[in-house]
Amino acid sequence: MSLRSALGRAQGHGAAHSGVHHWWMQRLTSLALVPLSVWFVTSLMALQRAGGGHSYDNVRAWMGQGWSVLLLTLLVLVGAWHSRLGVQVVIEDYVHDSGSKTLALILSNFLHVLLAAAGVLAILRVSFGVAS
Amino acid sequence: MSVYRMTRYTLITSIVNRGTGLVLSLGLFLLIYWLTAVAAGKDAFAQAQTLLASPLAKLIYLGLILAGSYHLVAGIRHLIWDTGSGMERAQAQRSAWIVVLASLALTLLIAWALFAASPGGVR
Repeated sequence: MSLRSALGRAQGHGAAHSGVHHWWMQRLTSLALVPLSVWFVTSLMALQRAGGGHSYDNVRAWMGQGWSVLLLTLLVLVGAWHSRLGVQVVIEDYVHDSGSKTLALILSNFLHVLLAAAGVLAILRVSFGVAS
Repeated sequence: MSVYRMTRYTLITSIVNRGTGLVLSLGLFLLIYWLTAVAAGKDAFAQAQTLLASPLAKLIYLGLILAGSYHLVAGIRHLIWDTGSGMERAQAQRSAWIVVLASLALTLLIAWALFAASPGGVR
Protein backbone atom coordinates (compact mmCIF):
# COMPACT_ATOMS: atom_id res chain seq x y z
CA MET A 1 0.00 0.00 0.00
CA SER A 2 1.52 3.30 -1.07
CA LEU A 3 1.61 6.06 1.50
CA ARG A 4 1.72 8.75 -1.18
CA SER A 5 -1.17 11.16 -1.35
CA ALA A 6 -3.39 11.23 -4.42
CA LEU A 7 -2.09 14.68 -5.33
CA GLY A 8 1.48 13.48 -4.95
CA ARG A 9 0.89 10.57 -7.25
CA ALA A 10 -0.84 12.81 -9.79
CA GLN A 11 1.98 15.37 -9.79
CA GLY A 12 4.68 12.73 -9.79
CA HIS A 13 6.30 14.05 -6.62
CA GLY A 14 5.45 14.86 -3.02
CA ALA A 15 5.76 18.12 -1.13
CA ALA A 16 9.55 18.06 -1.37
CA HIS A 17 9.37 17.88 -5.16
CA SER A 18 12.06 15.22 -5.30
CA GLY A 19 14.12 13.26 -2.80
CA VAL A 20 14.60 9.56 -3.15
CA HIS A 21 14.89 9.75 -6.92
CA HIS A 22 17.77 12.20 -6.63
CA TRP A 23 19.44 10.01 -4.03
CA TRP A 24 19.09 6.90 -6.17
CA MET A 25 20.36 8.62 -9.32
CA GLN A 26 23.35 9.85 -7.33
CA ARG A 27 24.09 6.27 -6.31
CA LEU A 28 23.64 4.90 -9.82
CA THR A 29 25.88 7.52 -11.42
CA SER A 30 28.49 7.01 -8.69
CA LEU A 31 28.51 3.29 -9.30
CA ALA A 32 28.88 3.73 -13.04
CA LEU A 33 31.65 6.27 -12.58
CA VAL A 34 33.84 3.83 -10.65
CA PRO A 35 34.74 1.67 -13.67
CA LEU A 36 34.45 4.61 -16.08
CA SER A 37 36.93 6.80 -14.24
CA VAL A 38 39.30 3.89 -13.67
CA TRP A 39 39.20 3.21 -17.40
CA PHE A 40 39.80 6.87 -18.21
CA VAL A 41 42.78 7.31 -15.93
CA THR A 42 44.41 4.02 -16.95
CA SER A 43 43.92 4.99 -20.61
CA LEU A 44 45.69 8.29 -20.01
CA MET A 45 48.49 6.51 -18.21
CA ALA A 46 48.82 3.93 -21.00
CA LEU A 47 48.97 6.71 -23.60
CA GLN A 48 51.73 8.40 -21.67
CA ARG A 49 53.80 5.26 -21.16
CA ALA A 50 53.45 4.19 -24.80
CA GLY A 51 55.81 6.90 -25.96
CA GLY A 52 54.91 10.12 -27.69
CA GLY A 53 52.80 11.06 -24.73
CA HIS A 54 49.60 12.99 -25.16
CA SER A 55 50.41 14.35 -28.58
CA TYR A 56 47.65 15.34 -30.97
CA ASP A 57 48.07 12.21 -33.11
CA ASN A 58 48.16 9.81 -30.18
CA VAL A 59 45.16 11.33 -28.43
CA ARG A 60 43.12 11.61 -31.60
CA ALA A 61 43.81 8.00 -32.55
CA TRP A 62 42.81 6.82 -29.09
CA MET A 63 39.72 9.04 -28.97
CA GLY A 64 38.45 7.86 -32.34
CA GLN A 65 38.46 4.13 -31.81
CA GLY A 66 35.40 2.08 -30.95
CA TRP A 67 35.69 1.47 -27.22
CA SER A 68 36.95 4.96 -26.49
CA VAL A 69 34.03 6.57 -28.28
CA LEU A 70 31.53 4.61 -26.22
CA LEU A 71 33.26 4.90 -22.86
CA LEU A 72 34.24 8.55 -23.29
CA THR A 73 30.66 9.39 -24.20
CA LEU A 74 29.44 7.57 -21.11
CA LEU A 75 32.08 9.26 -18.98
CA VAL A 76 31.00 12.70 -20.17
CA LEU A 77 27.26 12.03 -19.84
CA VAL A 78 27.33 10.18 -16.52
CA GLY A 79 30.01 12.49 -15.12
CA ALA A 80 28.06 15.61 -16.01
CA TRP A 81 24.89 14.06 -14.57
CA HIS A 82 26.62 13.13 -11.34
CA SER A 83 28.18 16.58 -11.09
CA ARG A 84 24.85 18.25 -11.74
CA LEU A 85 23.25 16.28 -8.89
CA GLY A 86 26.11 17.06 -6.53
CA VAL A 87 26.15 20.78 -7.30
CA GLN A 88 22.39 20.83 -6.81
CA VAL A 89 22.83 19.52 -3.27
CA VAL A 90 25.52 22.10 -2.54
CA ILE A 91 23.33 24.94 -3.83
CA GLU A 92 20.35 23.72 -1.84
CA ASP A 93 22.45 23.50 1.31
CA TYR A 94 24.18 26.85 1.13
CA VAL A 95 22.03 29.23 -0.90
CA HIS A 96 18.94 30.12 1.08
CA ASP A 97 17.47 33.11 -0.67
CA SER A 98 14.93 31.50 -2.96
CA GLY A 99 15.58 33.88 -5.87
CA SER A 100 19.34 33.30 -5.79
CA LYS A 101 18.84 29.59 -5.28
CA THR A 102 16.61 29.32 -8.35
CA LEU A 103 19.06 31.33 -10.43
CA ALA A 104 21.99 29.23 -9.25
CA LEU A 105 20.13 26.00 -10.00
CA ILE A 106 19.19 27.19 -13.47
CA LEU A 107 22.79 28.22 -14.20
CA SER A 108 24.13 24.93 -12.93
CA ASN A 109 21.70 22.90 -15.00
CA PHE A 110 22.39 24.90 -18.15
CA LEU A 111 26.16 24.70 -17.71
CA HIS A 112 26.09 20.96 -17.14
CA VAL A 113 23.92 20.34 -20.18
CA LEU A 114 26.17 22.62 -22.25
CA LEU A 115 29.28 20.78 -21.12
CA ALA A 116 27.77 17.36 -21.75
CA ALA A 117 26.58 18.34 -25.22
CA ALA A 118 29.91 19.92 -26.15
CA GLY A 119 31.77 16.85 -24.93
CA VAL A 120 29.65 14.37 -26.84
CA LEU A 121 29.78 16.45 -30.01
CA ALA A 122 33.57 16.65 -29.84
CA ILE A 123 33.80 12.87 -29.41
CA LEU A 124 31.46 12.28 -32.33
CA ARG A 125 33.39 14.70 -34.54
CA VAL A 126 36.58 12.77 -33.96
CA SER A 127 34.82 9.43 -34.31
CA PHE A 128 33.33 10.29 -37.69
CA GLY A 129 36.57 11.88 -38.83
CA VAL A 130 34.95 15.19 -39.65
CA ALA A 131 37.64 17.52 -40.98
CA SER A 132 37.81 20.81 -39.11
CA MET B 1 22.71 19.20 7.17
CA SER B 2 22.07 20.79 10.57
CA VAL B 3 20.08 17.79 11.74
CA TYR B 4 23.06 15.46 11.56
CA ARG B 5 25.20 14.72 14.58
CA MET B 6 28.54 13.51 13.32
CA THR B 7 31.83 12.47 14.80
CA ARG B 8 34.80 14.55 13.79
CA TYR B 9 35.96 11.86 11.33
CA THR B 10 32.66 11.70 9.55
CA LEU B 11 32.30 15.46 9.50
CA ILE B 12 35.73 16.04 7.99
CA THR B 13 35.54 13.26 5.43
CA SER B 14 32.08 14.45 4.43
CA ILE B 15 33.17 18.04 3.90
CA VAL B 16 36.32 17.05 2.04
CA ASN B 17 34.29 14.71 -0.17
CA ARG B 18 32.00 17.60 -1.02
CA GLY B 19 34.99 19.88 -1.69
CA THR B 20 36.74 17.38 -3.93
CA GLY B 21 33.46 16.88 -5.79
CA LEU B 22 33.25 20.60 -6.51
CA VAL B 23 36.88 20.66 -7.67
CA LEU B 24 36.07 17.82 -10.06
CA SER B 25 33.02 19.69 -11.33
CA LEU B 26 35.37 22.51 -12.30
CA GLY B 27 37.64 19.92 -13.87
CA LEU B 28 34.78 18.98 -16.17
CA PHE B 29 35.39 22.25 -18.01
CA LEU B 30 38.99 21.23 -18.60
CA LEU B 31 37.98 17.79 -19.87
CA ILE B 32 35.52 19.24 -22.34
CA TYR B 33 38.05 21.90 -23.40
CA TRP B 34 40.60 19.19 -24.12
CA LEU B 35 38.15 16.98 -26.08
CA THR B 36 36.97 19.98 -28.09
CA ALA B 37 40.55 21.01 -28.84
CA VAL B 38 41.31 17.57 -30.26
CA ALA B 39 38.15 17.62 -32.35
CA ALA B 40 39.02 21.05 -33.72
CA GLY B 41 42.06 19.84 -35.62
CA LYS B 42 45.84 19.91 -35.38
CA ASP B 43 46.33 23.68 -35.55
CA ALA B 44 43.65 24.49 -32.99
CA PHE B 45 45.04 21.77 -30.75
CA ALA B 46 48.55 23.21 -31.00
CA GLN B 47 47.20 26.53 -29.77
CA ALA B 48 45.31 24.86 -26.94
CA GLN B 49 48.51 23.04 -26.01
CA THR B 50 50.14 26.28 -24.88
CA LEU B 51 47.58 26.23 -22.06
CA LEU B 52 47.23 22.49 -21.61
CA ALA B 53 50.97 21.81 -21.37
CA SER B 54 51.86 24.82 -19.22
CA PRO B 55 53.32 24.42 -15.72
CA LEU B 56 50.15 25.89 -14.22
CA ALA B 57 48.11 23.27 -16.06
CA LYS B 58 50.31 20.51 -14.66
CA LEU B 59 49.65 21.84 -11.18
CA ILE B 60 45.93 21.79 -11.90
CA TYR B 61 46.18 18.21 -13.16
CA LEU B 62 47.86 17.22 -9.91
CA GLY B 63 45.07 18.86 -7.96
CA LEU B 64 42.47 17.09 -10.06
CA ILE B 65 44.20 13.73 -9.59
CA LEU B 66 44.27 14.28 -5.84
CA ALA B 67 40.65 15.40 -5.75
CA GLY B 68 39.59 12.56 -8.03
CA SER B 69 41.39 9.89 -6.04
CA TYR B 70 39.92 11.09 -2.77
CA HIS B 71 36.42 11.49 -4.18
CA LEU B 72 36.56 8.01 -5.74
CA VAL B 73 37.64 6.25 -2.55
CA ALA B 74 35.36 8.29 -0.29
CA GLY B 75 32.52 7.68 -2.73
CA ILE B 76 33.07 3.92 -2.59
CA ARG B 77 32.97 4.20 1.21
CA HIS B 78 29.57 5.90 0.85
CA LEU B 79 28.33 3.14 -1.44
CA ILE B 80 29.45 0.55 1.10
CA TRP B 81 27.56 2.45 3.80
CA ASP B 82 24.48 2.32 1.60
CA THR B 83 24.52 -1.45 1.92
CA GLY B 84 24.32 -0.95 5.66
CA SER B 85 27.75 -2.12 6.71
CA GLY B 86 30.71 -0.26 8.16
CA MET B 87 28.72 2.29 10.11
CA GLU B 88 29.86 1.48 13.63
CA ARG B 89 31.91 4.35 15.02
CA ALA B 90 35.16 2.38 15.14
CA GLN B 91 34.64 1.13 11.61
CA ALA B 92 33.88 4.60 10.29
CA GLN B 93 37.00 6.00 11.90
CA ARG B 94 39.14 3.24 10.47
CA SER B 95 37.67 3.63 6.99
CA ALA B 96 38.28 7.40 7.19
CA TRP B 97 42.00 6.69 7.52
CA ILE B 98 41.85 4.15 4.73
CA VAL B 99 40.27 6.78 2.49
CA VAL B 100 43.02 9.30 3.20
CA LEU B 101 45.87 6.81 2.77
CA ALA B 102 44.40 5.12 -0.30
CA SER B 103 43.78 8.42 -2.07
CA LEU B 104 47.31 9.63 -1.35
CA ALA B 105 48.73 6.35 -2.64
CA LEU B 106 46.56 6.53 -5.76
CA THR B 107 47.61 10.12 -6.37
CA LEU B 108 51.30 9.27 -6.13
CA LEU B 109 50.89 6.29 -8.45
CA ILE B 110 48.95 8.20 -11.09
CA ALA B 111 51.13 11.32 -10.88
CA TRP B 112 54.25 9.21 -11.27
CA ALA B 113 52.80 7.39 -14.29
CA LEU B 114 51.76 10.62 -15.94
CA PHE B 115 54.53 13.04 -15.03
CA ALA B 116 57.68 11.03 -14.48
CA ALA B 117 59.90 10.78 -17.56
CA SER B 118 58.43 8.22 -19.91
CA PRO B 119 60.38 5.91 -22.25
CA GLY B 120 59.52 7.88 -25.38
CA GLY B 121 60.24 11.26 -23.80
CA VAL B 122 57.64 13.70 -22.59
CA ARG B 123 55.57 14.93 -25.54
